[in-house]
Amino acid sequence: MISRREFLLATLAASAGPLLAADAGPIRIGHYASLTGKDAAFGVATRKGILLAVEELNAQGGVLGRRIEYLVEDIQSKQGESVTAVKKLISRDKVVAVLGANASSNSLEAAPICQNAKVPMMAISSTNPKVTEIGDYIFRICFIDPFQGAVLAKFAHTSLRAKRVALLTSTNSPYSIGLSSVLRERFQALGGEIVAEQKFTEGDKDFRAQLTAIRAARPDVVAATGFYSEAALICRQARSLGLDVPFIGGDGWEAPQLVELGGKAVEGTYYSTYFSAENSAPEVQSFVQRYRARWSNETPEAVSALGYDALRLIAAAIERNGTADSRKLRDAIAATRDFAGVTGSTTIDARRNSTKAAVMLTIKDGRPRFFEAVAP
Amino acid sequence: MSEFLQQLLNGISLGAIYALIALGYTMVYGVLRFINFAHSDVFMVGAFIGYYLGRIVPEGTLWGGCLVLLTAMIGCALLGMLIERLAYRRLRGAATLNVLITAIGVSLLLEYSGQVFFGAAPRTFPAVFPSLNFNLGGLVISTNQLAVIVIAFLLMVALQFIVHRTKIGTAMRAVALNPRAAQLVGVNNDVVISFTFGLGSALAGAGGILYALNYPSIDPLMGVMPGLKAFVAAVLGGIGNIPGAALGGLILGTVETFVNGSQWSTYKDAIAFAILIIILLFRPAGLLGKFTVEKV
Repeated sequence: MISRREFLLATLAASAGPLLAADAGPIRIGHYASLTGKDAAFGVATRKGILLAVEELNAQGGVLGRRIEYLVEDIQSKQGESVTAVKKLISRDKVVAVLGANASSNSLEAAPICQNAKVPMMAISSTNPKVTEIGDYIFRICFIDPFQGAVLAKFAHTSLRAKRVALLTSTNSPYSIGLSSVLRERFQALGGEIVAEQKFTEGDKDFRAQLTAIRAARPDVVAATGFYSEAALICRQARSLGLDVPFIGGDGWEAPQLVELGGKAVEGTYYSTYFSAENSAPEVQSFVQRYRARWSNETPEAVSALGYDALRLIAAAIERNGTADSRKLRDAIAATRDFAGVTGSTTIDARRNSTKAAVMLTIKDGRPRFFEAVAP
Repeated sequence: MSEFLQQLLNGISLGAIYALIALGYTMVYGVLRFINFAHSDVFMVGAFIGYYLGRIVPEGTLWGGCLVLLTAMIGCALLGMLIERLAYRRLRGAATLNVLITAIGVSLLLEYSGQVFFGAAPRTFPAVFPSLNFNLGGLVISTNQLAVIVIAFLLMVALQFIVHRTKIGTAMRAVALNPRAAQLVGVNNDVVISFTFGLGSALAGAGGILYALNYPSIDPLMGVMPGLKAFVAAVLGGIGNIPGAALGGLILGTVETFVNGSQWSTYKDAIAFAILIIILLFRPAGLLGKFTVEKV
């Protein structure tokens, strides 16, 4: 008995291969992202980074003498939309590779489609380990939650000298759950104590109940492992309840809206991420300048840099490979070693994850500032 | 103990907002016997009126805050009356189902026009009222929370006064009791219904501002969840009954907050709705509602 869904996937897989090989026009690369809705900040910033890379490559004559055509689908920050978007990119637009998404939940939805159609997918900022476990066609350009969780645990323990940490986890985000569980494990391994664990759901606006319970547990540091829109409200409500300890979070905090929504409440909070525009490395500064020139003086976000690197990495793999065929492209991407990107030197490991360094940022005077780099 | 009091305060301030929205549902139901699903989106429009106006008036002043609150209430009252005039009046006397579907249509229209005009990304609501925190031995009270409770209470008292002590209020109750009989004794039903929508929408507008003050991230879909909760609160208290809506809102807000602060926080909505089901099993007309047999 074959279900309708499996049948559809099988048809997709059968049709995608030969058609792609026959194509000699532009090389099509697809991207699915939340360009609207509550996660829009990530998707829009990623798109800007990718578009910059595409324009630069096309200005230099494209890849293998062929122009790169960039196709983007909006998944509207909705669960379930990724599947539709990726099916459309693969079956209608015949892309050779897919970029995206930012949130792990979206990547987890889309990855099986790419895997079955044998089209390589490069997740941008999906740090949950499960994403690349879906199959050998699924890669990511960012580091993974265990690494990020370890960085946060080490940071809380060593740099903030915390003994008691409280966790605030978003229960419908695989990203937040993963990050919290590694943070808990690693922090306890370092001799610390997890004094409170509270939960919320994405889209919640009222966190006073959880924060009141956390306040009663007297933590030194609170780790809110969700995304910026909730993190900003969490910090504001924590401050209004008189909970004045430092808050820390992962790369889900990285967005200008964190400061816009959080205001003074997010001052002195810390988060880990992939990239800081304040990093003085020459390749980073050159990228920041080109990005500013292209996008009316905006400073690139970490996801912009990741998007930029993701596209360049795929383009480099196509170039090395001599063909844009999806199946051969997979092997070329998997063989990437020490790719010099703007988010640092990237190597794709045996589990198709990227290994690279992390940076800790802190909010000071309403701006994220480079705090310290943490090597893997 | 201070944790308990803090949670109680958190719960009451959340419940007060649910109560304000619930009043709008209950009033319209009382008069027209249908659920105005667009009500929760009027609440959203109220927050956005406050957002745009709040950027013009100076931040953190009492008069600025009151001006924003009043303008949002008037704006929402006009919007509510406009919706009634354009969408519902033509359906007066039609089957309840038709009106219900129209209400869902108006709700979706407002939500998605909101995404077109205001943008889908969340906005930061300005701090229009002066904000201070008082610390009473571990119990932290913010002026915003106090403002929510006080303003909601004053508005409910004013509403009670309008409904029971004024001519138009008497007319509203007459229409609710029997529209045809009210018309026979000289009540202009159109005016009364229009007024009911205006009044309910003004409360939703006030609710929108108070909600945004406490949870200052607003977007065009922000009304969906609070609207659903407020609807539940209205049913819980006995739909059509004004003190019932207020009571339902407070119960729902407090229960939700206490569950949220415990280790079962994942089940907060499940528990809130389970309570609704249990109460309705024992009191089908809601806590304060009177069970009446439908007249033929």
